[in-house]
Amino acid sequence: MQFYNNPENSKDMKYTPQDFKSDQEVKWCPGCGDHAILASIQRAMPEICESLNYTKERFVFVSGIGCSSRFPYYMDTYGFHGIHGRASAIATGIKVANPTLTVWQITGDGDALAIGGNHFIHAIRRNIDVNIVLFNNQIYGLTKGQYSPTSKLGVVTKTSPYGTVEHPFNPGALVLGARGTFFARSVDVELKLSQEIMVESAQHDGTAVVEMLVNCVIFNDRTHALVTAKDVRADRTITLKHGEPMIYGKERDKGLILDGYAIKSVVIGQNGVKESDLLIHDAHIENPGIHSMLIDMKYPELPVALGVIRAVKDKTYDDNVRDQVIDAMEHAQIHNVDELLHSGATWEVK
Amino acid sequence: MQHKVIDTKEVVIRFTGDSGDGMQLTGTLFADASALFGNDISTFPDFPSEIRAPQGTVSGVSGFQVNIGSGEVRTPGDFCDVLVAMNPAALKSNAKWAKPTATIILDSDTFDEKGIKKAGFKTDDPVKELNIQDRHIVFAPITTLTKESLKDSGLDSKTIVRSKNIFTLGICYYMFNRTLDTTEEYLNKKFRKKPEIAAANKKVLSDGFNYAGNVHAIPNTYRVAPAKQEKGTYRYINGNQAAAWGLLAASEKSGLPLFCGSYPITPATSILEELALRKDLNVKTLQCEDEIAAICTAIGAAYVGNLAVTTTSGPGLSLKSEALGLAMITELPLVVINVQRGGPSTGIPTKTEQADLNQALYGRNGECPVAVIAARSPSHCFDAAFYSAKFALEHMMPVLLLSEGFLGNGSEPWKIPSMKDYPEIHPPIVTEVSESPFWPYKRDEDRFARRWALPGTKGLEHRVGGLEKNPQGGVSSDPLNHEKMVADRAEKVARMANYIPDQEVMGEDSGDVLVVGWGGTYGHLYTAVKELQSDGKKVSLCHFDYIFPLPKNSCEIFSKFKKILVCELNSGQFASYLKAQHCQYKYHQYNKIQGQPFIVKEIVDAVDAIL
Repeated sequence: MQFYNNPENSKDMKYTPQDFKSDQEVKWCPGCGDHAILASIQRAMPEICESLNYTKERFVFVSGIGCSSRFPYYMDTYGFHGIHGRASAIATGIKVANPTLTVWQITGDGDALAIGGNHFIHAIRRNIDVNIVLFNNQIYGLTKGQYSPTSKLGVVTKTSPYGTVEHPFNPGALVLGARGTFFARSVDVELKLSQEIMVESAQHDGTAVVEMLVNCVIFNDRTHALVTAKDVRADRTITLKHGEPMIYGKERDKGLILDGYAIKSVVIGQNGVKESDLLIHDAHIENPGIHSMLIDMKYPELPVALGVIRAVKDKTYDDNVRDQVIDAMEHAQIHNVDELLHSGATWEVK
Repeated sequence: MQHKVIDTKEVVIRFTGDSGDGMQLTGTLFADASALFGNDISTFPDFPSEIRAPQGTVSGVSGFQVNIGSGEVRTPGDFCDVLVAMNPAALKSNAKWAKPTATIILDSDTFDEKGIKKAGFKTDDPVKELNIQDRHIVFAPITTLTKESLKDSGLDSKTIVRSKNIFTLGICYYMFNRTLDTTEEYLNKKFRKKPEIAAANKKVLSDGFNYAGNVHAIPNTYRVAPAKQEKGTYRYINGNQAAAWGLLAASEKSGLPLFCGSYPITPATSILEELALRKDLNVKTLQCEDEIAAICTAIGAAYVGNLAVTTTSGPGLSLKSEALGLAMITELPLVVINVQRGGPSTGIPTKTEQADLNQALYGRNGECPVAVIAARSPSHCFDAAFYSAKFALEHMMPVLLLSEGFLGNGSEPWKIPSMKDYPEIHPPIVTEVSESPFWPYKRDEDRFARRWALPGTKGLEHRVGGLEKNPQGGVSSDPLNHEKMVADRAEKVARMANYIPDQEVMGEDSGDVLVVGWGGTYGHLYTAVKELQSDGKKVSLCHFDYIFPLPKNSCEIFSKFKKILVCELNSGQFASYLKAQHCQYKYHQYNKIQGQPFIVKEIVDAVDAIL
């Protein structure tokens, strides 16, 4: 019994980023951070295909509504541009119905965390094998500048002329709250880091959420600049790598230690701190405690964490569904509809 | 008292009691036994939305009516010949359904001062207060007798008291001259792992039967001969099960796996439950976080080539509206089943109504025509679901199937069809095309359907979505393109009319009154029109399964009758729709919005009033 079509593998295929560019004109504003993310994903694709033996026709890019959600039109893959907030649900249906496909969801802070918040957390809770790339520019761009669920407290926008009075979501905290298995963070302009993260997220079985700190040059320019501006980025962010000590800074002289129950930034060589005192990043530890602290780190107290913060193994929903179906079909008492119709109590009229 | 055996063609029996008294089970077992005996039957479960409302109160009364006959039975019956009331509240809320000649069986143990007061009677004599002294009332101490029957069973007293419904069932089997074997078999099966419970229930059943025979309190017993039915193998089926199985049949005939994204909602939930059982037939069910996710997962599944379904009831359809528009504009096959209930808003969730027709026809933003099909009886839900899926898959569009609580929960005997008598389903799946890149919105000449290129197919990569597109698949806000795409999508739905059967008329094809109906009122309208016809009146029935588009000969049918009477369980939605479609006719209306099915006499009177 064949359950779904099995696309051929990519052994003999050698892809280039160009193969993933569609014929559609890219219509984001000049200077928008989305261009950089598109480039990093297109550049990641050949490596993803090679390392996972995927062919191009296996990819489906799904989105909701918002600037970021135009993304699927720019990829020369299968694509589904859905409705506001519902991309996680559409992606879930695609992946469960045909688990051989590799499904990517492109979303924004409004799409994923406001109107689509419910679908977002439930996709993560189920651990559907979907890669979710969340473009976080802390603003509604396509509707021209209203505050979003990730806008900083007090920010003045068109719908908050006196400043917002609500606290923002930290997307990573939601992922952990839903017992997510993968969370990473990058910055639009960090193309190389983003590309590495995209590959890792593709290799992860389960819901992989990648938060991209994106600049909206029109409605929220420099919203992340305090930590991501080129001249300060090295001192105000830390790029975590599994198995490596938590070192950062332009001079690679700063690090993180655990001080009691809290993470603390230290300078190597000061107060007798040695490199060997620093925390070693463990993305694979099941307990989310340390991941939660890393996700919560905010400048100026601490550097903002980038890289793959959490990547733990767990069975995916789509695998579990497939296993149940295979098992039920192997042990079936009923093999077709005729048998089903005659199952249970019946009687003959002669 | 003289015991009489009455041979009769049709008997209606209504089981009523507290929500926890097991009346739905008792009614179902009685119906099963009657169906297996060979009677034609029709059932009507009538229960409150509360799972266990305060015990003994009127709001917690649950009922199950079954009509058994030796002839054709099309409705669960208007009024009952036998009413079983397990407590004073059940009697209070159901006495009005008892015929003047009815036998009423009461559990006298519950008619104490406390029980009578709880039911809200003003005096200590419920029978007198309800003015039903002239009915034949049997006061049987059912609770006491059940306790006595099981005193040596070793079961705890709570379990013993819970068996009183089975004792009552025994009484009814005596009244209808039935054997106990079907129910005994059911009990053996159900309590396979607890033989002591099976034994206890069988004892109670048989003690109830013997009690009824011994006490001589039962004046008449009835004999309802088996119905003359077509040869074949029969089963008993309810509408939701039939709908689920119809979808499975379409899955088999199309060779596509079935995917159902759904969210539990009364009275549609059992379709999801039924499909969840069928992993053995390669079915995937996804119980979603909400109604919107339910339809969106189905749309995702449709995009990748499954037979995709979402099931719901009125409020859920409201939530799905936007996504239904998405399925429509992306031109993906999708079956949406709405088992209607009393609305608006939460309304009366466990009661039946046909008031979602407007929502089905019009409830979306933009120009968004969606095909609408309606099921007419519990077993017809099978065909209605099968053809909804066939049209969705072959015409590449969403199809909305309207069922009703009355159908979903109601059941009837069904001659089991053979799958070889159902047509194959050929969705327009393509694996290669002449053009490059693939044009997703290129249409075929006949159906005007677009082609279905499934992700995973090499070389057919394309994008679909909620934004307006040009035929090549590019995003387009070109004014003329938009107008053409709107017209093309409407044309595709309209062309479905070329593929549906001609509308039939029950009775002469011309006459004084044409009764027009749709959906689950079929049984009542059929029975009423038959009755009028047998009185020599020139009345025919035109009952629609295909709502949008309408069968092409509808207009011609209407032209041959002096008057048209549209009967529906809403305030006139189908009548308004017909006015918009065929405005040259005057449509008389008979409407009822009480959360209850029609009564045959209402229809007969309404026709008589305009004859």
